[in-house]
Amino acid sequence: MLILTCPSCGVTGEETEFHAGGEAHIKRFGPGSDDDQFHSYLFAKENPKGVHFERWRHNNGCGKWFHAARDTMTLEVFGTYPAQTLEPPKQIRDKITAKHPGWKWREFS
Amino acid sequence: MSDAVSALNGATYNGFVTVTELGLRGMITLRGDLSSAGVKNAAIGVTGVDMPGQRQVHTVKESGLAWMSPDELLVMTPYAEVGDKLAQIDKLLKGKHYLAVNVSDARAMFRIEGAGVREVMAKLCPVDMAPDAFTPGVFRRTRMAQIPAAIWMPSDDAVQIICFRSVADYAFGLLKDAAEPGSEVGLFA
Ligand SMILES: [Zn+2]
Repeated sequence: MLILTCPSCGVTGEETEFHAGGEAHIKRFGPGSDDDQFHSYLFAKENPKGVHFERWRHNNGCGKWFHAARDTMTLEVFGTYPAQTLEPPKQIRDKITAKHPGWKWREFS
Repeated sequence: MSDAVSALNGATYNGFVTVTELGLRGMITLRGDLSSAGVKNAAIGVTGVDMPGQRQVHTVKESGLAWMSPDELLVMTPYAEVGDKLAQIDKLLKGKHYLAVNVSDARAMFRIEGAGVREVMAKLCPVDMAPDAFTPGVFRRTRMAQIPAAIWMPSDDAVQIICFRSVADYAFGLLKDAAEPGSEVGLFA
């Protein structure tokens, strides 16, 4: 079972108290973008087996959005961090590196 | 004026704990900067209880303050006073960035009482109800079976539950079922 800690209210709960909100740190392309950009924004997702970054919402709780870094295979959670964050914090990236040297996810490593 | 009644009009059930729908209760959602003096003064001023910390609740009789999220408090008052209390908040926070709404008729409140209350809640919520983990004063928003709920323990043998009014009957059914005589697990006995 996936156990997450909400950085907004501090609750550590199991996944049914939360709602998954898709891939994290997506750059949005809207009006004015070309077809390739819009296509990649809408459809081209990482979907990895292993290290992944996602958005979650504490829907049966404080209601806030946040980010989570986890392993999609083992359900190990490397950390959660506020929604108002543009990239994974160094501390979390270091933690992943310790476990998975050489990991890469989009432009992050 | 219409004759206001609560969702289940004070329904009760006697299982291995007692389940009571508490009738009409005044509830105001107050959102704003909880660290600001203005919001704190308004919240404390209308309830007479201390400001709750993260995931905490303070109550005296039917009045109280519960921490809902980093920018939201639940202000509890007697039902008859909720209009006055809301006006008082609006006056105290005039010109400030805040939101205060009377949500009394959108909510239902239950109380369960008895030695087995921790077990009843543990059957319904993904929350550690062990005595050292969930203590009186803790306010927890969570999931009760399929509905959102907020729970706290006014004392060691009672739990109060707030849910949406529209699902009050479902909540009452859940609590009755979990409190049915003969279904004791004895987890925290
Ligand atoms: Zn939360």
